[in-house]
Amino acid sequence: MSLNGKAAVTGVGETRYSRQSGKSVQTLQMEASLAAIRDAGLDPKDIDGIIAYGSMAVVAEDFITNFGIPDLRFSAVTPLGGASAVASIQCAAAAVAAGICNHVLIPISRNGSSGAGGRIGSRVREMPQFRLIGEFEMPLGAIAPAQLYAPMARRHMELFGTTSRQLAEIAVSTRHNAILNGNAMMTKPLTVEEHQASRIISDPLRLFDCSLESDGACAFVISSAERARDCAKPVISILGVAEGHPDSPSAITQRPDLTKLGLAKAAPKAFAMAGVRHEDIDVAEIYDCFTYIVLCQLEDLGFCKKGEGGPFVASGAIRIDGTLPINTHGGLLSQAHMAGFNHVVELTRQLRGEAGKAQVKDAGIGLVTGYGDMGDGSVAIMARA
Amino acid sequence: MDVQEYMKPTPEPTADTQAFWDGLKQGRLLLQKCSSCGKVRHYPRPVCPHCYSMEHHWSEAAGTGTVYSWTISHHAFHPGFKPELPYVLLTVELDEGVRMQAQARGIQASDLKVGLPVKIAFEPATNDLVLPVFEHA
Repeated sequence: MSLNGKAAVTGVGETRYSRQSGKSVQTLQMEASLAAIRDAGLDPKDIDGIIAYGSMAVVAEDFITNFGIPDLRFSAVTPLGGASAVASIQCAAAAVAAGICNHVLIPISRNGSSGAGGRIGSRVREMPQFRLIGEFEMPLGAIAPAQLYAPMARRHMELFGTTSRQLAEIAVSTRHNAILNGNAMMTKPLTVEEHQASRIISDPLRLFDCSLESDGACAFVISSAERARDCAKPVISILGVAEGHPDSPSAITQRPDLTKLGLAKAAPKAFAMAGVRHEDIDVAEIYDCFTYIVLCQLEDLGFCKKGEGGPFVASGAIRIDGTLPINTHGGLLSQAHMAGFNHVVELTRQLRGEAGKAQVKDAGIGLVTGYGDMGDGSVAIMARA
Repeated sequence: MDVQEYMKPTPEPTADTQAFWDGLKQGRLLLQKCSSCGKVRHYPRPVCPHCYSMEHHWSEAAGTGTVYSWTISHHAFHPGFKPELPYVLLTVELDEGVRMQAQARGIQASDLKVGLPVKIAFEPATNDLVLPVFEHA
């Protein structure tokens, strides 16, 4: 049995994104979840499945309490960091396809900017899947994702001649899209020269190669194909979905090929399940914790060959008017770091034709990826039914 | 240096990894070697991923290898590293076929390239902790 066509995104919601929400993560997550449920035309009591985010700041029990859900029949956590949102689509699609439940809520919230002790460097240190890094790399000074990922980017540059100016193209086009979106933390245009002048965080990654720290929340609802037809908005059907884990998942240092992510394993499965070709993809939301991670995923997805990501992005292909517009909402680099949940929200809006000034004309088939926890990958291909 | 004055994160060895850190204190780089199939593995773990044997011994590595990749950190994500910014973190492929990370000593940014030969040195951090570093071979 394939999951093709068995599930659909029926509702999406988000809060305003900011540096300081002034609200609890519980309040933020309820606000975004209610927005997503209303967007689907559902009542909160219709939710009978919940996939909570791995940080466990808000859990399924909180939704039973706040919404008075009478019979929650499915709860899960997909602990893949930034790959969780899209991996949760696979998990939810499997659950609704099996008839376990009908409407699965998949929410996230964080006070990543203002929260005490919540910034990424300190979050990573406390995560159990990074035990090996904690023992063998952090004492040497490899503390935060920027430092742990930089050797991947450097290796790519040394092997293939990829340049910082090529990475800049990703930051610049993403910023352009954030301004079109309107609900984005970054509101001023960015130039390649400004990117090149920004301070080095961990060479070769500069400040504008790095994503934001954000306060806010977003959520989406995955429903069975059958129940999706009763929802308020056009049905956005899941055609293909997969997750992939890289070799040496917890220690990048020991990974046989430093330029390959878990997504390289997932992508062929998702394309085969969806039965679509690369040239069929009208718009793509690519997880962008760092510019280099976008470039590497474009290769691992097969939009260009391994090593050709630099020329591919420099060609303008990824711009809003290019052949493969990506991160049309401004991504984690310029909209907000919502761990890629905002990528699912944006792809859904694009395929519904609700993306406002950033709407890609005739967007019928789209793709969204997740990336997290040092290399886990996930990808979903969706289409307006 | 007194432990109280040491500001950086320190490893918390387990029964699976203690021998590695004890080796560094003796100026030896010890790697796990499968007692059944003889393959070397790092970072330490209970099971050989090649033959699933749970028997291993600790084998002294030559301490030489080549640069596989690197980063130069200009931002301290932990206050303990602020005084030494910028610092070079090397990913080194050891002659035994596994990799390790360590800071570079005496290697300029302009020297860095994939394949640069390096050798290990041992740098006391506290009374109880010796960290590996790499210098020109």
